[in-house]
Amino acid sequence: MWRVALFGLLMSLAVPGVASAVQPDEMLKDPVLESRARDLSRELRCMVCQNQSIDDSEAPLARDLRLLVRERLTKGDSDQQVLSFLVSRYGEFVLLRPPLEWRTLLLWGLPPAALVAGIIGLFTMSRRRHTASAEAVPLSSDEEKRLSTLVDPAVPDR
Amino acid sequence: MIPELGHYALVLALALGLIQSVTPMVGARKHDPVLMRLAGSTALMQFGFVAFSFLTLVICYVTSDFSVATVYENSHSMMPLIYKITSVWGNHEGSMLLWVLILSLFGALVAIFGANLPTTLKARVLSVQSWIACAFYLFILVTSNPFLRLPQPPFEGRDLNPILQDIGLAIHPPLLYLGYVGFSIAFSFAIAALIEGRIDAAWARWVRPWTLAAWIFLTVGIAMGSYWAYYELGWGGFWFWDPVENASLMPWLAGTALLHSAVVMEKRNALKIWTLLLAILAFSLSLIGTFLVRSGVLTSVHTFANDPSRGVFILAILVVFIGGGLTLFAWRAPMLKQGGLFAPISREAALVLNNLFLTTACLTVFVGTLYPLALEALTGDKISVGAPFFNLTFGPLFIPLLLVMPFGPLMAWKRGDIFGATQRLMAAFGMAIVVIILTFWVVDRSSILAPFGIGLATFVMIGAGVDMVERIGLFRVPFSVARQRAAGVPRSAWGTALAHFGIGVTLLGIICVSAWASERIVALKPSETISLSGYELTFDGMVQRSGPNFRELAAKFTVRKGGVPIGVMEPSKRSFPSRATTTTEAALMTRGASQLYLSLGDTNDDGSISIRLYHKPMVLLIWLGAVIMALGGSLSLSDRRLRIGAPKPASKSAMQAAE
Repeated sequence: MWRVALFGLLMSLAVPGVASAVQPDEMLKDPVLESRARDLSRELRCMVCQNQSIDDSEAPLARDLRLLVRERLTKGDSDQQVLSFLVSRYGEFVLLRPPLEWRTLLLWGLPPAALVAGIIGLFTMSRRRHTASAEAVPLSSDEEKRLSTLVDPAVPDR
Repeated sequence: MIPELGHYALVLALALGLIQSVTPMVGARKHDPVLMRLAGSTALMQFGFVAFSFLTLVICYVTSDFSVATVYENSHSMMPLIYKITSVWGNHEGSMLLWVLILSLFGALVAIFGANLPTTLKARVLSVQSWIACAFYLFILVTSNPFLRLPQPPFEGRDLNPILQDIGLAIHPPLLYLGYVGFSIAFSFAIAALIEGRIDAAWARWVRPWTLAAWIFLTVGIAMGSYWAYYELGWGGFWFWDPVENASLMPWLAGTALLHSAVVMEKRNALKIWTLLLAILAFSLSLIGTFLVRSGVLTSVHTFANDPSRGVFILAILVVFIGGGLTLFAWRAPMLKQGGLFAPISREAALVLNNLFLTTACLTVFVGTLYPLALEALTGDKISVGAPFFNLTFGPLFIPLLLVMPFGPLMAWKRGDIFGATQRLMAAFGMAIVVIILTFWVVDRSSILAPFGIGLATFVMIGAGVDMVERIGLFRVPFSVARQRAAGVPRSAWGTALAHFGIGVTLLGIICVSAWASERIVALKPSETISLSGYELTFDGMVQRSGPNFRELAAKFTVRKGGVPIGVMEPSKRSFPSRATTTTEAALMTRGASQLYLSLGDTNDDGSISIRLYHKPMVLLIWLGAVIMALGGSLSLSDRRLRIGAPKPASKSAMQAAE
């Protein structure tokens, strides 16, 4: 698993000793708020890690972010408010699911566009083939004559 | 002396490779059998030299020869022998040597088992294979030489990255490379066919077993990597949509599509051009995967720019082979004759649909993986594309694919009967409905999504068996007759059923874990007890131990169910003095297909320890399903081996029957 390798590399470079991801002392008393915090954590990137969410990451920065998310939630922020607060502070890099905008248009648009194009392509191709095979060119009289000779040798050739 | 011999052998392999790149090509053009036959012997000798080179590196690691730079950086004299061997490919240089070892192995295998190939095709295939090999020999010799010596050899090595000191490293990379590199054969066949300008159903019959073999290895390799990450990384996830994982998933998706389209080509002589394109794409994606992982571009676009020698070299290989392959395709493919008409409702059409969804899924992964890199390189903007993106885009593509899957094998070639197929799937459909209702009623009423997922998995699994059950007349004729008939059904049909069944099994595992996994994150003092999903765990205390090259602090837990002790779990933390690093070793307890997963956090000042305890219902099914898929593939492969180019055994058995 190269992920393991990269992860190991980062760990050995950046973090002396291993700390677990979510710690017991971070968790909120209110289970509803805590589960909202966990869900949000999975959408947020730990910026010093390889593509890890702050929910998974063991880096100190991720812990700070987890605490920040919980702090905003206890102050009564909505999920969206927490996200926009973090975006205003760290930029859109922090979101693991980038919003749909001009610069991410291809990212979101290409796969469905390819699917639709594929379906249309298949339809037209099967249409064309269907008509092509249906409108097969009829035999010329010459060819019919040759065919009848082949099928029934009794008919005199020329 | 030994590393120098290995280095020299690699240079010789390159020299042989250069000969093999040119001579057979010329021979095929001039119809000179002597020049063409050269390819077989050079391919075998190339493999011999690379194998020797690899062996010398293994010897350097086993004897802990720290005068060799890579050995010093990645090994330790106190490591167990198995890790000394696996650390050969636990680093960039060695893993590239493993890459070319497998590449030359496949070349040699084509030389040995390709006796029934037309001489010109075989010569050209081996030649193209050698182009790839030469590019990578050069890459190793110029930028990543594993045999470089240190002027002043240190007494002790710096040890292998502790997180890689695991049996997973012995299995995962070799399997993954067998898969990646195996697709090179399909690529070489495609390029050779384009150069020849001729392609027919026989071509597909030659390519399919190689593709299938590569696919089997890749399937098991990915599953193995996923399980390794699951138990090693300590938070119990099985797939992270990490770029390096995506790098292996893309060739798998393209390879799966290729397997299916090659069937159409073999049986019906249709989809020729598309199959060629997929053969080129599957290996291209393997190359892109190698580029992503090996160039450092993933860590940051800037690291890539700062130390570009390796990255630029692989990028050049990428451009030459993918660009060249696609250009050749664009130039020659229109000259190939299309064949085989089929109706919109037919086995062919079902397989085309399969290809449509698989390639779109592949494109989704491709865009999601490379878009952030491209955007940053072009505009400097940094965005993240992670699991939430892929869950939203990739999942919906697989649902229609899985819904259609059971219909495929039930359709006839050319013109199928969708109502007939639907009727035959009624039993599977009914069972799925029953399972959905039962799951909703008994297990979980909180969400409708999970029961539907379970229903889909049921439909896939039972649907995979319908064709077989009908063919052998199970439940209709006496069991002994059914068994006899079962032996008569071609193994490839069994393989299909088994592989499709395996997908259902994996899906079942994924849905159970995603929907019903539970976790507790707590701080515990000795003799305290926590409970989760019916299990009670009592923290008995800490133990100190020492391993060959690490010290270990383990926590002992007694696990009880309903008050009865059922076992002990000992998650631990290992510290490796040689690297001054610590790893967490999760403890796993398997109950049926489910697992308890316990991982250790920090020790707190008040004497308590933080732990994370998970209950992962049916989690083992995820990997079991992949193993079943691979078994299905192997069954199908064993059928092919009997049939391909082997008219003799068939006639022999016919004669015996006549006697």
